[in-house]
Amino acid sequence: MAGKTKLRIQDLAKIREKTKSLMTIRESEGRARVTVHMGTCGIAAGARDIMDTLLEEIGKANIPDVVVTTSGCAGLCNAEPMITVELKGQPPVKYGHLTPDKMRKIFVKHILGGQMATDLVLAVGSETVY
Amino acid sequence: MKQYRTHLLVCAGTGCVSCGSFKIKEALEKEIKAKGLDREVQVVATGCNGFCERGPIVMVQPDGIFYQLLKIEDVPHLVEEHLLKGRPVKKLMYVPPAEKQPVPKMKDIEFFKHQRLIVLRNRGRIDPEKIEEYIAFDGYEAMGKALSGMTPAEIVDEITFAGLRGRGGAGFPTGKKWAICAAEKATPKYLICNGDEGDPGAFMDRSVLEADPHAVLEGMVIGAKAIGASKGFVYIRHEYPLALKRMEIAIGQARDNGLLGEDILGTGFDFDLEIVQGAGAFVSGEETALIASVEGRIAMPRQRPPYPAHKGLWGKPTVINNVETWATVPNIIRRGSDWFQGLGTDTSKGTKIFSLVGKIANTGLVEVPMGITLREIVYGVGGGIPDKRDFKAIQIGGPSGGCLPAKLLDLPVDYESLTAAGAMMGSGGMIVMDDKTCMVDVAKYFLNFLQDESCGKCVSCREGTQRMYEIVKGITEGKGKESDLDLLEEVANVCKDASMCALGQTAGNPILTTLRYFRHEYEAHILDKRCPAGVCKALIRYVVLAEKCTGCQSCKKACPNDCIKGTLKDIHLIDQIRCIKCGACKEACKFEAIEEQREEAIQII
Repeated sequence: MAGKTKLRIQDLAKIREKTKSLMTIRESEGRARVTVHMGTCGIAAGARDIMDTLLEEIGKANIPDVVVTTSGCAGLCNAEPMITVELKGQPPVKYGHLTPDKMRKIFVKHILGGQMATDLVLAVGSETVY
Repeated sequence: MKQYRTHLLVCAGTGCVSCGSFKIKEALEKEIKAKGLDREVQVVATGCNGFCERGPIVMVQPDGIFYQLLKIEDVPHLVEEHLLKGRPVKKLMYVPPAEKQPVPKMKDIEFFKHQRLIVLRNRGRIDPEKIEEYIAFDGYEAMGKALSGMTPAEIVDEITFAGLRGRGGAGFPTGKKWAICAAEKATPKYLICNGDEGDPGAFMDRSVLEADPHAVLEGMVIGAKAIGASKGFVYIRHEYPLALKRMEIAIGQARDNGLLGEDILGTGFDFDLEIVQGAGAFVSGEETALIASVEGRIAMPRQRPPYPAHKGLWGKPTVINNVETWATVPNIIRRGSDWFQGLGTDTSKGTKIFSLVGKIANTGLVEVPMGITLREIVYGVGGGIPDKRDFKAIQIGGPSGGCLPAKLLDLPVDYESLTAAGAMMGSGGMIVMDDKTCMVDVAKYFLNFLQDESCGKCVSCREGTQRMYEIVKGITEGKGKESDLDLLEEVANVCKDASMCALGQTAGNPILTTLRYFRHEYEAHILDKRCPAGVCKALIRYVVLAEKCTGCQSCKKACPNDCIKGTLKDIHLIDQIRCIKCGACKEACKFEAIEEQREEAIQII
């Protein structure tokens, strides 16, 4: 976009939209937060593929307000790869035994649509932390 | 471009760069690649975060985690723990003075919490070398608005109504200056950005140029439309290589994208910018001297009027504003004068950037609303005085400013209050001093600076600054006379009345304010031959207190001149003839067995 083409006023808005979508992450506070559990068990079970799929889907859907982070093992190693999806104002939802296809399904239904993918849900809520 | 899950914002202001932030960035990139995270994690270099005391700084988004004082060795651990396993690293976080728990999030840290960012809104957020990132955060929107939908008179009115005043020091209303220049018939008209920041301890202009060069550029295009200028100059001192580089990149990008040059944004408006490098004289910051420098002459001020708005660069109407002023302009146009008016005090609107240095826990750059008290700046944002020492004075406004004592800590910071107290806004340097600072020594330091930087055109300033320096130097050496104080006051006032430019007119301020608020310290030097703070070398000597000395030999090892005698477990002795009074022994002693005493006291014993 930064080339020899002279910009017009309407072009500014286009650049703004395009670049901003890639940068809103710097503003913190997303609408949804997805944690991919990447402890040794998670990585061994294929969490890397889940992460790649997730990032790919977010990129394709062009939704900037989803925050993706990683964390360690959630304690339920036999259910890895796992993710936790938190929509703003809702309790965290854990999904387990994931595959890239399941990940895509959760992405469309839960992250985009706001509806829990109930058939894949492992648990709702989280442990109490002292 | 693609979506990344995490952005690492590495501070690349001069402060952090000198602490090695580019090396940290390289190491991060290498480590991220090694861990196979390079498609998910992006490393970005940003402008100065302002918390220079704690550099190198890395901010992790979207979590908002603030890492500080990073070393290359920390990088692998940081990448593995935070980026791979999602566990923020506590030991690299900021721990407030006198507390044990780290504060993970930037927005919770006291230093950042009280700030209100307008000019520095993009600091630590965008990559200053990428125009798209500036545009993404509403950059050039104000310019589009001004060029397509506003008449020159409307722009001037908006700035006037906003109440913006020059951020370079004197505080002249910017809108008024523009209106005067806009009314001039002569053409061509010029714009100048004054980036010749020369005050010791002030670095806000540098930081703005480094962190957000496009904001300055955008402000200048808006100003050009308002007064009808077709050409502008950005004057940056050559000691600011990073600022120069980023401004050059910004101008290049703006030209390539049709935001500078002919027919800007297709609106038919032409304007172009050129960078001029200053050769490093303090007086070049004075507007007429700066104009002379741009014209290729020696930077010497001339008599005003005529003011540059009437007859400036090459005799043509010229508007000259400070970096911070220009960078404020787009914000006013974009968000409206009402919004800007709502911030600050009756006479001073908006925010001001201060560089907070000296004996303060949080050294750095802060942007706060006008009207905030000095106490809030020193103890709130600044985190107070380190080592539990007492606040003694704050020097505001650089060499032309003054030293304000503790009793004025509740003074609101605005143009009028500061001037009434004997200091001035200046460019916004704030040097905090604790009880170990000698006020006479401080006055000496600033006078030495001024007598060095006086251009020599006016006798009152040339001779006056030199004479004042000599007298004060004499006082610090114990050669002061009682009549010196009256003489100093007289010279300072003559210098003020008879000099042509602001350098001479304000050169007496360091003397006048220290005399006004700390006269007893001068008297102690002159009458008792005593330096209460224990700073002036001619008036003190270091002695070993026999009852406290354990004979550990720490002082002996620390002495650079080998003038401490004593064997292990014996009381040590300092050879007063060879002692250079560096104080290294006192710092090295763990038993407080070394003390500075007045020279005279020893002689009596």
